[in-house]
Parts: sequence; C-alpha cells; structure tokens
Amino acid sequence: MGIEGRVWKYGDNVNTDVIFPGKYTYTIHDPHEMAKHAMEDLDPDFAKNIRENDIVVAGRNFGCGSSREQAATCLKFAKVGAVVAKSFARIFFRNAINMGLALVQCPEAVDRIENGEAVKIDFEKGELTCKVGVFRFPPLPEFVLGIIQDGGLILHTKKKLAKLTEAQSKTG
Amino acid sequence: MGQTFVEKVFSKKLGRAVRVGEIVEVIPDVAMSHDNTAPISLTFKEIGVDRVYKPDIHVIILDHATPAPTEQYALNHKMVREFVKKYGIPHFYDIHAGICHQVMAEEGFVLPGRIIVASDSHTTTYGAFGTFGAGIGRSEMAVILATGKIWFRIPESMKITLKGQLPKGIVSKDIILHIIGKLGADGASYKSVEFHGEAIGALSVDARMTIANMSIEMGAKNCFMEPDDKLLEWLKPRARVPFEVVKADPDATYETELVFDVSRLEPQVACPPDVDHVKPVSEVAGIKIDQAFLGSCVNGRLEDMAIAAELIRGKKVHPGVRCLVFPASMNIYRQALARGYLQTLVDAGAIIMNPGCGPCLGAHEGILAPGEVCISSSNRNFRGRMGSRDSEIYLGSPATVAASAVAGEIVDFRK
Repeated sequence: MGIEGRVWKYGDNVNTDVIFPGKYTYTIHDPHEMAKHAMEDLDPDFAKNIRENDIVVAGRNFGCGSSREQAATCLKFAKVGAVVAKSFARIFFRNAINMGLALVQCPEAVDRIENGEAVKIDFEKGELTCKVGVFRFPPLPEFVLGIIQDGGLILHTKKKLAKLTEAQSKTG
Repeated sequence: MGQTFVEKVFSKKLGRAVRVGEIVEVIPDVAMSHDNTAPISLTFKEIGVDRVYKPDIHVIILDHATPAPTEQYALNHKMVREFVKKYGIPHFYDIHAGICHQVMAEEGFVLPGRIIVASDSHTTTYGAFGTFGAGIGRSEMAVILATGKIWFRIPESMKITLKGQLPKGIVSKDIILHIIGKLGADGASYKSVEFHGEAIGALSVDARMTIANMSIEMGAKNCFMEPDDKLLEWLKPRARVPFEVVKADPDATYETELVFDVSRLEPQVACPPDVDHVKPVSEVAGIKIDQAFLGSCVNGRLEDMAIAAELIRGKKVHPGVRCLVFPASMNIYRQALARGYLQTLVDAGAIIMNPGCGPCLGAHEGILAPGEVCISSSNRNFRGRMGSRDSEIYLGSPATVAASAVAGEIVDFRK
C-alpha cells in the first residue's frame, strides 16, 4: 500500500484550532463540508487547492490542543494521503487512527522535504521517498494497524461485534 | 520494582502487572461527554447496537455552547436530551450545571484510583484528585457507549517536583504557565505527568485543578497528584462511591525527573498564538486590551472569583474593556453570589455570565473581532481560538486578568 502526492509543508505545533476552527465544531456535521474548512486558520489556500493524496508535512507536536476529532476527519475527507511529522500530539494521533488517516512519524525526513515537492510513501515497507533520498520510518503497532486496515475504529468495532454475534449464535 | 501511578492504576484495573509500552483494553470507571454527545450519538447509531453497554458509567454534561446561541446548537442539545432519554443514561446535567470538568468533580464522580475518559482534552484535570483522566475522541466515545471498552498504551512517566513557597499573590496558574514555557507545548508529550513536592501540598484543591488542567498544554496524556488529607476532606461530602487511593511507589522508575522552585516566580503570561510562548508579565505590560475573560475550566472557580473581586473592589473596569465573568459552575455562581464577589464585580462594571465554557472555544458569548486583544484566564491562545484569526489572546492568572481589566492594558497586578 502506497501513495504519491505533493507536499504542503508547515511548522511545529500545528494545533487543532487552526486545522479545524472551534466555531465549526457544532455547526458542521457533514465530513465533506468539514473538508472545505481544513487548515482554514493556518493556510486559507489549502482546502481550495488540495488534491487527492497530497501530503501534509509538519514539525513537532502536530495536532496539539483540543480533542476535536474533526481535525483528523477534515484532513481525511480533504483526501490528504498522509500526514508526515516529527511528532504527533496524543489525542490527534488516536483520532487519526480511528478515522483511518495515515500518519508517518519521520523527523529526519521532515527537515529535508521541501514545500511543493512530490513525495512517495510505502506504508508496508515503511519507506518515504523524496527528492533528496529515501527515509525509513517505524511501522505502527499491530493492534493499531488492525484498526487502520479495517478502515477506522467504527468499521473495526462493527467487524468485532459481528464476529461476536456469530460466535454467540453458534454456541447458543 | 516499584510502579509509577499510571502503571499501578492500570495494574489494579486489570488484576496483573502492566508494563510501559503495553497496549491494554479496559472498561473505564466513568466516561464523560458534553455537547459533542450529539455527533457521538450519530456514530453510536452507525455502529448498530440497540442499547448502551453500561449506561451508568456515562456522564453527559451540556456546557460548550449554553444556552444554545443558534438554531443549530439548539438542535444539537435537543439530540443529546433525546439520546439520554432513549438509552436511559442516568447521569445527565443540562445547561444549568456548569463546565463539565468542574461538575464532574463537584458531583463526586472524580475519585482517587479511578480511570476516567472524556471526549475533551482537558480531562487531565482529574489528576488533581489522584485519578487517571485522559481525553479521547468522539468515535472512541461512541465505541465505549456500544461496547464499554477503550484501548490504551501504558505511557512513560515524568516526575515534576515543585519546591519552595509561592510569593504573595502568585498562584498555580503562574506555576503551570512557567513550566509549560520551559518544557514547550510537547515537553510532556504522551507522558503521565506526576506532580510531587511541598508546593503542591500547599495548594488548595481548586488551585491544583488549574495545574492538572493545563498539563495537556504541554502534551500530557494524564496528570497525577498524590491525594492528601486536604483532598480527602474535600471529597468527603462529595464522593458518590467508596474509593481506594492509588499512589506511585517511592522506588518507581521515571523517564524524566524535573525540579522547579516556585519561590521566585513572577506573574506569567502566555502570548499569542501558542500556550508555550510564556513571558513574565513585566515583558508584556502595556499591551492594550479590548476584552478581559475570567472563567473556563482552568480558572473559573470560587477562589478565582475571590481573587478578582478583591483586586477590583472599589475600582472600575476600564471604559474600553468588556470584562466577562463566567463562574465555572452553578454551585460556584451561588457561593460567589452569597459571598458578595459577584456584587463587587458587577459594581465595577463587569458582566456576570452564565456558568459554562463561554467564549473559550470561540462558539459564542464574547467573540473577538479582527485586531482585538483579550486577556484571558482560560487555557488556550491559539490563532482564531476566540473568534477572528486576526485577534489575539494573552493568558494569565485571575489576578492578572482583573487588574488588566481595570487598567485597560496588561499590567502587573502587584503594582
């Protein structure tokens, strides 16, 4: 599984308020509508010009701040292929996994990647290829990968519950 | 080998010793959600179960945009009320109660040794009670409603020892802003942060909650302070169920150990647009303000109202400033009323608002226009947080907010 896309590069501590402003948190429920406001208070051009599989590259602590899941949802539905960062804030990290949004933690690559360049990511091999070369990144824990592979937490849970029901109907 | 708080609390829950880095699944003791219960309920329906797994572990509190400022929010609240009724959630607090974390504490849900999750990042507040409290996302809360379960990776722990005695007028907000400024917004990323030391013991429960609340602003997963007699006394009339105190072992292993001396602290201010952009007030004094916001889950408690009232007594809010006061809960509102704090603030020209989150997250009740500046006792100063992306928020203690409201500019309240 891999993707190739253009880079949108940002700095450290990109917080959830600039990714998805608080004023929309209870007024927008449709994820496609959320996508139109992705990164609005950081880069108003982002949502207008983002193309499928484009890659967000950022510094340390990406997604810090609120627990708002829409910060992950809006990027997922804006069709961002992956977020590559030096590090991620904890709740954003969980939310991204739960939404099935791919995250790559690769501090070495971040400093060498330039805004606008084309980058290729192979998730299975754990390899990121950019203009200056190839960088390796550690794969996610198996349990977590399972959630992403099922398409996010909700589908993962539905699958688990279906298995449980099946097992119960066999025994009962 | 000794265990840290977080290792111990999860070991107790699972009935076996857990290791750092291990992924575990648990049923939390309490799971709290607020206005976001509306979208959570939609996700819950999508999962397709016909009942809530354990209705009595859930607490639902409306606080983020209360009373509803628009039809959309009104609909949101209506959805939550209908969900509560349909699925028989016993612990529901409508818009009169106050800010979720304050209500959780006052209503005795937050108890030592418990594991609590909430779909809100400031759940770290519960560390002040010796509780494991961590923020989670909406989908995860929907899954807890359906299955009761959530996964955690057992985090590394950081031990912060606070020593010394606070100078007069300097409060816990100044301590935590100072620490965040030193460690950075990711300085405690993913860590279980334990606060120890005499300076913590000297603080009131209100003041401890301020530090625990803001530990998320340096990335903490959860926070922990050791329950002492002061806390147990506080809990006595409030605890809903019996509890067992869980403490870190004296020989526990920490990834990082830090010591801060609080005895020479000045008032601290976090400058826009990052919480870790912290300066002593002397470096930002003189910045003109348009709004002063006293409230939020970090500094809207009785003690904060008392500090502000004391400073503002007999003075007037500057004519160019809107001074908005939000007691964190109805309980605090009543006490502040009975003790005359609210009278003093009103006489000075402040506006007393309803208990709730107010403008903190930019939803309503005091939104900033482009170019406006706010001094705030809240916990986030991100760009656009309280309205326009071209407005600015400075964070300080209740004393700094009150004194600045009178001066019309950021000032050192000691002068």
